[in-house]
Amino acid sequence: MNLRIVNALLLRYVFLYTRSPVRLVEMVFWPIVDLLVWGFLTVYLRQSTSGDFPQFITFLLGGMILWDILFRAQQGVAISFLEDVWTRNLLNIFVAPVRSVEYLSATFAVGVLRICVTAVALVVIGWLAYSFNVFVMRWWLIPFFLNLMLFGWSLGMISTALILRWGQAAESLAWAVPFFIQPVVAVFYPVSVLPAWLQPVALALPATHIFEGMREVMRTGSMSWAPLCWAFALNLVYLALAGGFFVWILNYTRRRGLLTKFSTQ
Amino acid sequence: MLETDTRETLLEAIELTREFDGVKALDRFSFKLRRGEILGLLGANGAGKTTAMNCLLGLTLPSSGQLFAFGKALHSHRIEILQRCNFSSSYASLPGNLKVWQNLLVFARIYGVPHPKQKIASLLEMLEVGHLRNRVTGELSAGESTRVNLCKAFLNDPELLMLDEPTASLDPDIADKVRKVVRRVQRERAIGILYTSHNMRDIEEVCDRVIFLHKGRIVAEGTPGDIVKRSTEQSLENVFIKIARSGDLEDAGDKALTP
Ligand SMILES: Nc1ncnc2c1ncn2[C@@H]1O[C@H](COP(=O)(O)OP(=O)(O)OP(=O)(O)O)[C@@H](O)[C@H]1O
Ligand SMILES: [Mg+2]
Repeated sequence: MNLRIVNALLLRYVFLYTRSPVRLVEMVFWPIVDLLVWGFLTVYLRQSTSGDFPQFITFLLGGMILWDILFRAQQGVAISFLEDVWTRNLLNIFVAPVRSVEYLSATFAVGVLRICVTAVALVVIGWLAYSFNVFVMRWWLIPFFLNLMLFGWSLGMISTALILRWGQAAESLAWAVPFFIQPVVAVFYPVSVLPAWLQPVALALPATHIFEGMREVMRTGSMSWAPLCWAFALNLVYLALAGGFFVWILNYTRRRGLLTKFSTQ
Repeated sequence: MLETDTRETLLEAIELTREFDGVKALDRFSFKLRRGEILGLLGANGAGKTTAMNCLLGLTLPSSGQLFAFGKALHSHRIEILQRCNFSSSYASLPGNLKVWQNLLVFARIYGVPHPKQKIASLLEMLEVGHLRNRVTGELSAGESTRVNLCKAFLNDPELLMLDEPTASLDPDIADKVRKVVRRVQRERAIGILYTSHNMRDIEEVCDRVIFLHKGRIVAEGTPGDIVKRSTEQSLENVFIKIARSGDLEDAGDKALTP
């Protein structure tokens, strides 16, 4: 892997985002809208529950913020790829000495940048508007963010591979893929509410362990290491599988001669 | 092909075949491109020119046959080979939402060009688009963006250059200038260029040698002058039409008129 090339590709995204304020707005717009809706819902529930305020309500906000980290990481990868599709630049990239791993690394880095922007916005607004302090999760936040980001990258690679295979018709998948798994990964409710047969599926996804861990930390101020280790180990597996899937699809499109049709259409 | 040619072979295709759903877009296509040579690929729409270039760039895998660039097999040395190649065509564009200099800087960095800013400035000058440096790429006219694409293609001083219809959409004046630039670069740096065009004027002026493709097969090969001489036609344009209609150079006769 050549870091010079990753930097060069990243420079392109930096140019893109700094040239276009709309893109910057887009990065914080939806998260903020989500936060406002969930935040007001929390306020409402808090007002209508007299006396002891049930803690699960704050889990909603925590879940929402962490979900957004995963979603943004996935978007960073998928949207970066789509930018090249939309601008018909893919061909220039494919005929340049750019390896798949370099290209993907640059999109991962975009994911990180997007997360930073989004996270700052969410944390600040969550705190100012609803006195929701994510830092009750303290340094647990670091492994939470990290693991969700890694899983977001895996989902991003899968979305990208699907777009590569089915062309722009599959574009909406870029947005949909994370939501396929949202019901299962226990963002807003614990795994125990899922039907028994679905629980093993949930536990096979790294994000589940993080959301479970989040509730644990918010409730008790701490958590055991086991779920984090599970999440991380699963993430490595998913990254390898998703990376392999991407490369496999890329070679398939080369074999079928779809790469050029697709990148010039 | 001149077997006595001692120049280094930059690019070699051996029996290259590419099928799409059972139809052969390229059929046992073999050729050599040598250093310092501009080779034109000619043929009707759908003859297989772009497919050939895509195979040579590793964008499409051939169904069978072998490809070598700089003496190395393309399938196992793709990245190394692409570092020494470049490509431009009227159907691939640079991201429209960046400024011209930003796009060129990104590609200069990708290719590891030593002094990117100076290089970009000199290329923009060479193609007479220096004034477009700060323009948004997507707002350029077709001809302007073709020339900016060509700047990208020259960025890494490629030893092997593939140009797919580089003069399509250029006005005669600019097309003439582009031809001269291509000629000059080839002379000064002795690079090998694979060139397609539907403009016979282009081909006659730029190409040292041409290959006529028909349904993916080579039907004629030689210098443009030679080919015209070998046929019964008056001009390369007429040869082109004859081959497009009858699929052959020598005995075309009035085959074109019979089904
Ligand atoms: N990905 C693909 N899938 C199916 N068929 C394809 C594909 N790419 C090319 N073809 C077919 O292969 C043949 C050769 O196409 P190609 O693009 O190489 O022609 P060309 O010589 O470049 O034509 P033009 O002058 O119109 O650019 C055509 O019949 C085309 O339909
Ligand atoms: Mg073509």
